[in-house]
Amino acid sequence: MTQTLSEFESKQLLAEAGIAVPAQRLVFSAEDAVRAAEDLCYPVVLKLCGRGIAHKTERDLIRLELLEEDEVHIQAEELLARRGPDESDAGVLVTTMIQGRREVIAGLVRDPQFGPCVMLGLGGVFAEALEDVAYAVAPLGAFDADDLIDALEHARILGRFRGEPEVDRAQLDHILETLGRIGLEQPQVRSIDINPLILMGSRPVVADALVELEAGAS
Amino acid sequence: MSEILERLRPLFYPKGIILTGVSSHPGKFGAVTYHNLVRFGYEGALYPINRDGAEVLGRPTLRAVSEVPEGSADLAFLCTPASVNEEMLRECARAGVRVAFVASGGYGEAGEEGGELERRLVALAKELGIVIAGPNGQGIVSTSLSMCAQIAPPYPPPGPISMVSQSGNIGASFMNYGVLSNVGFSKGVSCGNSAQLELADYLEYFAADPETRVSLAYLEGVEDGRRFLEVARAHSAQKPLVILLGGVTERGRRAASSHTGALASNERIFAGVCRQAGIARAETVEEAYELAASFARQPLPHGPRTLVFTVAGGWGVLTADACVQAGLELISLPADLREQIDKMVPARWSRGNPIDLAGGETRDTIPEVLEQMAAHPDVDAIIYLGIGIQAAQGQAFKSGPFYPDHGLERMVEFHERQDRRYALAAAEASERHRKPILVASDLVHTDRAYGNAGPLGVKASGRVAYPSGHRAVRALGQMVRYSRYRQRLESAQEDTAIR
Repeated sequence: MTQTLSEFESKQLLAEAGIAVPAQRLVFSAEDAVRAAEDLCYPVVLKLCGRGIAHKTERDLIRLELLEEDEVHIQAEELLARRGPDESDAGVLVTTMIQGRREVIAGLVRDPQFGPCVMLGLGGVFAEALEDVAYAVAPLGAFDADDLIDALEHARILGRFRGEPEVDRAQLDHILETLGRIGLEQPQVRSIDINPLILMGSRPVVADALVELEAGAS
Repeated sequence: MSEILERLRPLFYPKGIILTGVSSHPGKFGAVTYHNLVRFGYEGALYPINRDGAEVLGRPTLRAVSEVPEGSADLAFLCTPASVNEEMLRECARAGVRVAFVASGGYGEAGEEGGELERRLVALAKELGIVIAGPNGQGIVSTSLSMCAQIAPPYPPPGPISMVSQSGNIGASFMNYGVLSNVGFSKGVSCGNSAQLELADYLEYFAADPETRVSLAYLEGVEDGRRFLEVARAHSAQKPLVILLGGVTERGRRAASSHTGALASNERIFAGVCRQAGIARAETVEEAYELAASFARQPLPHGPRTLVFTVAGGWGVLTADACVQAGLELISLPADLREQIDKMVPARWSRGNPIDLAGGETRDTIPEVLEQMAAHPDVDAIIYLGIGIQAAQGQAFKSGPFYPDHGLERMVEFHERQDRRYALAAAEASERHRKPILVASDLVHTDRAYGNAGPLGVKASGRVAYPSGHRAVRALGQMVRYSRYRQRLESAQEDTAIR
């Protein structure tokens, strides 16, 4: 049995391990959401956030690109009203809007034979159709992160592409290597799914993350 | 490392073999193995055990393991039924046996009860200080002792490849290719059920074994992935490791789990393992063998800069396509090389890469061009297409109604001599300049019946002749990748040393 951390907790775990995540506030009222938005600077994103809340897009639990106080207030109330019967501890996660034209997925899985493995895949709307995914066994050695990026069939998309700069390899390598290190050092972490990891220009930014723990490990 | 060499020494270098279950019926495993050991001239002492002490192949046998002089055999090869093998193992231990290869079936592959027998066999072996290979394995080959301890035939010529397979039959296929193309094997072993020794143990042995220059493995799944990765890494840091993975699709995986019993590996994760451990991965049996043979007999390319040399157009076009698709760098023909070739053949030649002489060559052109290409500093590797055409026409002359008259006899001799010479020239230029030259021609297969002098010449030079440009490109692509792996590893080690 596994237990899924909330997006807020998942990102905290990543941040503690050394993967930079954008500033985030977890609030439980529309008034606090407005204060948080002012703190973080507009535009902001609101998401309903709680343990076990996945498929946020499918459940319509994300409000993107909110530009002003009124909008934030209305949408925060709306989201809180959408909490299910066993989601009463869920709050509203307020973050700045992450924008970029390219998305990847990065993660950690545990293979029954090879143990913790880092995953990298193309994200975005065609991700499922392209199924462009590659793995590397943790820990990642000197060339492994770079090779993992190059192992994608469409690695070209992460290079200089249609007016976009090449992905910052050092930053992406660091994220991949850190995922591998979490896999080795934190056995209670079953899996990590950073989806999407948005490229803001050349910089990979964690826009959403889900961490699964062994049940009882938290 | 020498620990593994010592532990498995009796498996590959036994001074004497106790062979149990040697039936007088020549269809039984024990009798077949006895035959193969004698037939291929095993150099150590053989102690065939037959319950009745009956003559087998006209030779005497022993009634029991206890009759074997103490200390005269260090390997046991068990073909007796699983039910008596524990007793056999105890007696073998008393005789001084240190390793037992168990060919007998009826173990883990045969269900719950067999699984229990297998666990007991391993427990007993540990107690007796014996190492178990198998059970349910096909056998062992070790050519430096002329040892073919196998329940199935292929006995390859001696050579630098060592092989381990999780399927006896795929192992046999690898060795059959060795018989066919003459780049031979040092050792071969089938894992069987891997009750104790598993694929990684054999690879660790091959990595340390001075007679092994390249290892070849067929794998459906690994028990301990992290140990496998560690062993594979250490292997690749010293010598190439070629792996053919079975069960890469869902249906193949299901077949593999019923075959090997081990959980088959996730294909995408295995692809990562290959990348990280410098494993040269092949897609098919023939590709796997050819790749191992290429590593065994060709110098490693320093980089991807490739020239394609052909005596006719179409082959060059297809091979150029294949080079590009495989990520090889099809370089522009260096100007000085173009000028040199301009002086040798009529102007209709391609004047680019592929170098297509368009039939303009004379007696010495091909060896000279091969030498100049190999000598050029901007060239890392060469694929040479079309060997054997002249000898093929020679065969048409020879088998027709006009031979040997009308000057045909002399012409045939010339053609055959030329093709043999081209093969040797390719090998010599390759050795002289330490660059791979891969020779490809479909005549390897199509003209096997009479033995075309071109491919036969390649074989005589100790190398594999590839049956198509594509197959040569597959091998070269993986050689370039492995070479890069080694270069990066070495530069990283130098960096560490400097710091």
